[in-house]
Formats: sequence, C-alpha cells, structure tokens
Amino acid sequence: MADLTNDFLGIKSPNPFWLASAPPTDKQYNVERAFRAGWGGVVWKTLGEDPPVVNVSSRYGAVTYNGTRVAGFSNIELITDRPLEVNLREIKEVKRAWPDRALVVSLMVPCNEESWKAILKRVEGTEADGIELNFGCPHGMSERGMGSAVGQVPEYVEMVTRWCKQHSRMPVIVKLTPNITNILGPARAARRGGADAVSLINTVQSIVGVDLDLMAPLPTVDGKGTHGGYCGPAVKPIALRMVAEIARDPECRGMAISGIGGVSTWRDAAEFVSMGAGNVQVCTAAMTHGFKIVEDMISGLANWMDGKGYRRTDDFLGAAVPNFVDWQHLNLNYKVIAHIDQDLCIRCGKCHIACEDTSHQSIAALRDENHRRRYEVIESECVGCNLCMHVCPVDGCITMRPVDTGLPYADWTSHPNNPMRRQAAE
Amino acid sequence: MTSGPDIRTGRLSPQALSTGFGDAHPPLDHRQAVIEASRCYFCYDAPCVEACPTSIDIPSFIRSIATGNLAGAATTILESNIMGGMCGRVCPVEELCEEACVRNAQEAKPVRIGLLQRHATDWLVGAGIQPFVRAAPTGRRVAVVGAGPAGLSCAHRLAVLGHDVVVFEAREKPGGLNEYGIAAYKTPEDFAQKEVDFILSVGGIELRCGQALGRDVTLSDLRRSFDAVFLGIGHNAVRALGAEGEEMDGVMNAVDYIAGLRQARDKAVLPVGRRVVVIGGGNTAIDIATQIRRLGAEDVTIVYRRGPEHMSATWKEQEWAQTNGVRIKHWAQPRRLVGWPANGAKPHVKEVVFEYTQLDDRGRLTGTGDTFALPADQVFKAIGQYFVPSALHDGVAAEPLELAGDRIAINADRETSLPGVFAGGDCVPGVDLTVSAVADGRIAAEAIDRRLRADILRD
Ligand SMILES: Cc1cc2nc3c(=O)[nH]c(=O)nc-3n(C[C@H](O)[C@H](O)[C@H](O)COP(=O)(O)OP(=O)(O)OC[C@H]3O[C@@H](n4cnc5c(N)ncnc54)[C@H](O)[C@@H]3O)c2cc1C
Ligand SMILES: Cc1cc2nc3c(=O)[nH]c(=O)nc-3n(C[C@H](O)[C@H](O)[C@H](O)COP(=O)(O)O)c2cc1C
Ligand code: SF4
Repeated sequence: MADLTNDFLGIKSPNPFWLASAPPTDKQYNVERAFRAGWGGVVWKTLGEDPPVVNVSSRYGAVTYNGTRVAGFSNIELITDRPLEVNLREIKEVKRAWPDRALVVSLMVPCNEESWKAILKRVEGTEADGIELNFGCPHGMSERGMGSAVGQVPEYVEMVTRWCKQHSRMPVIVKLTPNITNILGPARAARRGGADAVSLINTVQSIVGVDLDLMAPLPTVDGKGTHGGYCGPAVKPIALRMVAEIARDPECRGMAISGIGGVSTWRDAAEFVSMGAGNVQVCTAAMTHGFKIVEDMISGLANWMDGKGYRRTDDFLGAAVPNFVDWQHLNLNYKVIAHIDQDLCIRCGKCHIACEDTSHQSIAALRDENHRRRYEVIESECVGCNLCMHVCPVDGCITMRPVDTGLPYADWTSHPNNPMRRQAAE
Repeated sequence: MTSGPDIRTGRLSPQALSTGFGDAHPPLDHRQAVIEASRCYFCYDAPCVEACPTSIDIPSFIRSIATGNLAGAATTILESNIMGGMCGRVCPVEELCEEACVRNAQEAKPVRIGLLQRHATDWLVGAGIQPFVRAAPTGRRVAVVGAGPAGLSCAHRLAVLGHDVVVFEAREKPGGLNEYGIAAYKTPEDFAQKEVDFILSVGGIELRCGQALGRDVTLSDLRRSFDAVFLGIGHNAVRALGAEGEEMDGVMNAVDYIAGLRQARDKAVLPVGRRVVVIGGGNTAIDIATQIRRLGAEDVTIVYRRGPEHMSATWKEQEWAQTNGVRIKHWAQPRRLVGWPANGAKPHVKEVVFEYTQLDDRGRLTGTGDTFALPADQVFKAIGQYFVPSALHDGVAAEPLELAGDRIAINADRETSLPGVFAGGDCVPGVDLTVSAVADGRIAAEAIDRRLRADILRD
C-alpha cells in the first residue's frame, strides 16, 4: 500500500493535500473541520497588520460551462478581516491540538523590514510550521502596494524573502502570482532571497463575466465591479505549466514547489507532483464540494500509486519534468494517424465536421449499404493533429496510432527549413 | 351478484381526477433544460433531424437552449413545425427523434428532445412573442378544410407566405384531434386552444367553425372561389368489430368517448364502468384504457389480436398503460358480445367472448377455436379509423378525387388528382401522427405557394 506521508521542507503531514490560504482556512472552526475530514495540512488565511481589512458584500463570481457549475471561480476578497490577535491565538490552539498536521501561516504586510520583523516574531510564538509570503493577491491589496504589487517586482520578492529568512527560523515559502510575463523572474528572485520553497499559483487577474442588465463586471457590488482573482479547474493548465517551468529551471534547482491552482482530484495532484510539486494546495474544489473530497483524493492517489508500483510520492516527484522540452526538440519525423473504432462509433459526425470545416478534410462522411452513417479516416490526409479525438464524445473511440515513417529522430534545430539551423558537426 | 351493468359517474374524488388528468410528463424547469441541452453533442448530419417528419433543426435549437437563447430555440422549432409545442407533448419520440439520438448507442439514454422542444416553445408562447412576419400580400386566397394539425399547419405557412386563408371546420372548435382526441394528460390546461390562438395570431387566417365540406360548402364551390384548396379532414369513420352483438348498449367507439372526455369540464360527470374491455392495439386503445383507469375503472383489459411487437402503440405507450394498471392480453379476437337480460329492450353488454388467435403456416391470422369470456360493463372499440370520401363527392365536380385504398391519393407535393386541390394528414396515406399531419400541411403550403407565385408571374 502506498505511503502518502509527506515531508515538505521538513514539515510533516499525513498526506500531500493541504488547503490553500483562503476562506476554508480563515478560522479555527474551519481548519479543525478540515483536519477532522482528513486534510494533511493548511496554509492559514493570509494575516496582515491591524486594523483588519474590510471586505465587500458580494465577493465571488463563477463560470458555468455547459451546465457544469464553478468550472472557474473568482473572488474579490482581501486577506483575513479578523484581528491579528484572534488569528494568532487560534493558530496556536490548532497546532497544539493537531501536532501531526502541517500548519503554515500566510502573511502579507507593507513592504518595509520593520513590519515583517514584527509579524514574524508574533507568528513564531504560535509554533506554526512555516510561513508563506503572499505575493500573489491580484486585487485590493495590490492597490496598497502589497500582494501581487510585490510579486511582480523580482527585486522586492528577493528583498522581502531575505528579511523573512533573516528574522525567522521558520521555513519560508514564497507564493507567486501568475500575473506576470515570465514566472522565472520572481521564482529566481525568491531563490536568491533564500526561499525554501515557492508555491503557485495564486489567482489570475480576471473579469469573470458581465451583468448585462446592470452593465457591470461580475460579481457586482452596488452596481460596480472590480477585477477579481480567477481560480478553480479552469486555471489548472496555467498553473501546471508555471510549476513545470520552475521545476526544470537550473537556477531554481533545489527549491521545493507547492503546487496550487485548480487541483480538484487525486489525478490533478499526481500531475502536479509529476511536474515537480512536492505537495499540492486546494481551495476552489473544497469551496465547491466541502472538505469530504479529500477522502477520494487520498484513496485515489494511493490506489493509482499502487497500480504503478510507486511507494511514496517522491518516487514520481518530477518524473515528467525531463520530458517537458522546448518545441524545437520535438521529433519532426514522428507521426500519428487517427483511427476510428467503428464498433464504438455512435455516428455523431463530430469528428467529420471538425476536420472538414476547420482542419485537414481527412475524415470522410459516408453511408454504408444500409444507409447508415459511417465516418472513415482518410489516412493519406491525416496530419495527426488529435482534433477528432478530442471532439469525439466516446472515450477510446478515436485513438491516435503511431505510424512508422522509417525516418530517424530529427528536430527543428537541424531542419532544412530552419534558417538558424545548427550545422551537423563535420 | 349484481344483476346489471356497474356503470357510474364520479368514481374518484376531484383531487384524484385532477392528479390523474394533470401533466403526465411535467415540463423541465430552466436549469433542468440547460443540463439536458448540454447533453446534446450537436451532431453533424444529425440522425434526429432525419427522424423528425418535420425535419426540425434539433441540434441548433438545443444549442440555443443551452446558451439561454430561448426565443431563438423556439423560432427554429416553429419555422419547421408550427405545432412544435403540441408535438413536444404528444410525439412518440421513442420511435422518432429520440430513437435516432446517438446517445442511445452510447448510453441507452437519448437527449430528451421532446421535453426540450416543449420547454422552448412554451417559453416563447408564454412570453407573448410573435416570431413570424407575414410576407407582402399576394392577393391570393386559399381554402383549407379542417382545422386539425394538417389544416392549421398549412394555413399558417400560407399566411406567412402572404396569402389569405379561410379555414372551414365542421366542429365547433378548431384543433382537430389535438382538441378532441389526444389523451387529456398529454395536453392539459387547454393547451390545444392556446396553441391554435398562437397560430392564428399571425394574421391572415379566417376561421369558420361549424362549416362542413359536403354539408355547408362543396368542393366545387371552393375550387371556384379560391385559388387553391387544402383538405385536412382527418378520418371520419371508425372500423367495426364485425362481432355479434356490437350494437349493444355500453359498447362505444373509443374516439367518441375520448372526445367527450376532452370536452368535459368536470370529469366526474363521465360514466365509467367497473370492468372495461378495450379492443385494439394502437395508441387509441392505450389512451382509452389509461384514461378510463384514471377515471376510476377497476379492471381494464386491452385485448389485441396479435403480439406485442405487432401493436402500433409504441413500447413506451404499452408500458405506460401497464404502469397505469391496464392489463394487455394478446392473441385474441372478439367473437360475440353477451348482454344482460333486457326484456325486449336494447340489451346492455355483460361480457365479451374472445377466440384465441395464431398465425398459420402462411403467416395469416386465424382463430384457434378456443374461447374465453371477459366480463365487461363497458366495451371500447379502438381498432382503427378510416376515411370515407362521400363528403368530397358533391355530385357537381366533374372528376372524382382519386383514392389510394381508403385515403386520398397524393403526390410528393401533397397534390391530389384534382389540380389545385391538395391534401394531408390522416386523410392521406402514411402514418397517423400529429407531426406527420403538420409536415404534410407545410409541404402542401409550400407547393401551393410555388404554384400561386408562378401564376402571378404569368399574369
Ligand atoms: C385517441 C387518439 C390519440 C392520439 N394520440 C396521438 C399522440 O399521442 N401522438 C400523435 O402524434 N398522434 C396521436 N394521434 C393521431 C393524431 O391525432 C392525428 O394523426 C392528427 O390529429 C391528424 O391530423 P389531421 O389534421 O390530419 O386530422 P384531425 O386532427 O382529425 O383534424 C381533422 C379536422 O377536420 C375536420 N373535418 C373533418 N371532416 C370535415 C369536413 N367534411 N368539413 C370540415 N371539416 C372537417 C375535423 O372536425 C377536424 O377538426 C391520436 C389519435 C387519436 C384518435
Ligand atoms: C475566496 C478566495 C480567497 C482567497 N484568499 C487568499 C488569501 O488570503 N491568501 C492567499 O495566498 N491566497 C488566497 N486565495 C488564493 C488561493 O489560495 C489559491 O491560490 C487559488 O485559489 C488557486 O487554487 P484553487 O484553484 O484550488 O482555488 C484565495 C482564493 C479564493 C477563492
Ligand atoms: S466523433 Fe467519434 S463517435 Fe462521433 S462519428 Fe466520429 S468517431 Fe464516431
């Protein structure tokens, strides 16, 4: 049986599923419910200086796609709106009551050394396992020179990280904002500042929709809206790529990664781990379904690992990273062709129309002798783009099968069409 | 032992009656509709469209529902089928669009096209939207005989195309079998009349009720005073059992009883037998059996002379009757009806004697000689209707209308042997369904329009 116990920067937890800093981790009450439900750890909702911030009423927006609720989620909330003292007292009590769970405290104070020094001291008093620096909040706090306003400037990231390492003995996780052109800028800065880990992603700046009656962006507050932070299943691909980018960066080597962004199932978690995340953090999935989902995350991951023969998550940590290469290193002589399993085909014609209208005209729409529809791949035309496989509603009906081109590996770096090709060594 | 037939009114409480005759398949709410709509794959060359006699662009209207464009969805439906609302309620979708749905092959669960169609059209009618604009007036006039699905569909399309239409209807109310035939729980809350009102609201259609062809007007009159004629007069006769004692009291045509049921404001006034025998194997048999059960009959048996697979009622209809407590007996035909002693007056039926049937070597139906009797306070004949052309022969017309069997012969344009006279619906060959009648009406209207426009150009 797979062993899911997790060691992240020396912080131990019974499984790699942590709750991300957000409303699910805002209070002792929620966190204890989460621990009872089985979550391995939490990053406490971001603390700031007193007086606490004030939140608006009407805070969340969501994207419903094809009848699926909360395919994407957005919020315009700020950091905790409870007094610092109350949070610190509860953190201390929770850590004492749940010593086997990870409890990391998220922090965001103004960008001066004294402010950070002061709050670090007080957090240390709670015996929390570590701190996470919230350099990611994309709304509200950034207008006040905090959150992503810091996270978008690598020099500030480095500076604040260094202060935290200097003034605290706790492991430091730097939470990154995806609202930046190159994620390696702040990631490397965190590394230079001495960060033990980065966690990512925080939310993506967004307008989730427009209320066409009020003519205002959603969610609306008294007829107005602001840009919010986007998260949930829709952002997972963005998060995965950013995690992988850091995982393969030589300058970031050795720095741990906590994967966040759209993790909703054990499979998402396995993907993040394979791309280099030592653990994962979850927010939207818990807010959508409640804490119980962690049960399936735990058993699903363990069962999958058993099937693969992985004993610990470390056995496949980063296993997919070496295969994440730049486009120029993909083999141009490799070829796949669509294959339709006629027994599984339900004759919806989606493959045909997608290919016919928008791609390579390589699926023929025919009728058989009984006037039944029949869709057939024209192999000579198929370029192996996968479009038909994706639009086919039947799992396994269209498969992409490799064909032997008889040609050796050759990539763009040496392709004759590449004006900058490298000459083969003489 | 009773000494006479047990037939009573008011067998059930008003509550039981209003439940029994409320919506059999409640409509989808908005959220359910969006979820159901999102199950549609938006197929290319969608099989459902081919399976719909009116060729509604089903994937498109369903996509419009999914995107919240209900007006667009309803308009797509109504452009192909002006009775999309009724058809969403009464079509045997399990043998039409839903049978063709590719989801059957995948998961034996089609997209619920009928309910979605109803959702969109109900919304549009409820919102009071008129999606049609009549084309410029052509100055041509067309007579439509019969205000059933075929006639109204034809009239509506002609009106939209700019022609003026007069509809002659023998009955007091328009709608045809939508108003007098379809099972009450399929179209509660006076939906049939609401739909007729919606259809007429486009303008250009004058409805004359109480005007029967062959009684108040003749075909020759109509041909003389109108530029074209459409006949949508349905069936006008019910097949006889050919069994001894058929004329007894307590023996009725199912369609007549249903017409009375549909018109009864208070269902408690209808006479209902304790034991009821229904003879036939089509949807009319299912409908009378189920409705008489829902009126409080205790034992209801449908007797059909062949097997379940031969019944023209769909498997779903058969199941529906059975879940309503109706027993279906196969392979038996009525031989004789036995009455209560009547002392010379017309006797009332007491029981029906059936003979078992089978197929002989050559596949013909024969009696086995064995018989059994079913006690019956009421017997309903539901073995089919047909068309007698007498109304059409007014003695004035030079040429008679050609028939195909006992129906009016037509070509692909729905034109009869008399030039300028078109026909559709139950009075022409083909399946007897609301949706096919609507299709005929529309096809005929388009052919009439082409003809009239060609005439206009020639003039
Ligand atoms: C009991 C029953 C249940 C049914 N259930 C269903 C169902 O669930 N689903 C389904 O799809 N189909 C069902 N059908 C069939 C469907 O109702 C018919 O196929 C459809 O109504 C045919 O339309 P029509 O316009 O041709 O004829 P009709 O609906 O019969 O309309 C003909 C109209 O012409 C009028 N008319 C007749 N003669 C004259 C005349 N000489 N002059 C003037 N007017 C005249 C009639 O009064 C009537 O209004 C059912 C039929 C019956 C009998
Ligand atoms: C309502 C809400 C409030 C959040 N508040 C914080 C916060 O205070 N601090 C923080 O670091 N991240 C905050 N986040 C971001 C989440 O921790 C997480 O990074 C993001 O939602 C992506 O994960 P997910 O896709 O699992 O939701 C918040 C997210 C949501 C939805
Ligand atoms: S998309 Fe899939 S199911 Fe649909 S026709 Fe093509 S192969 Fe068949």
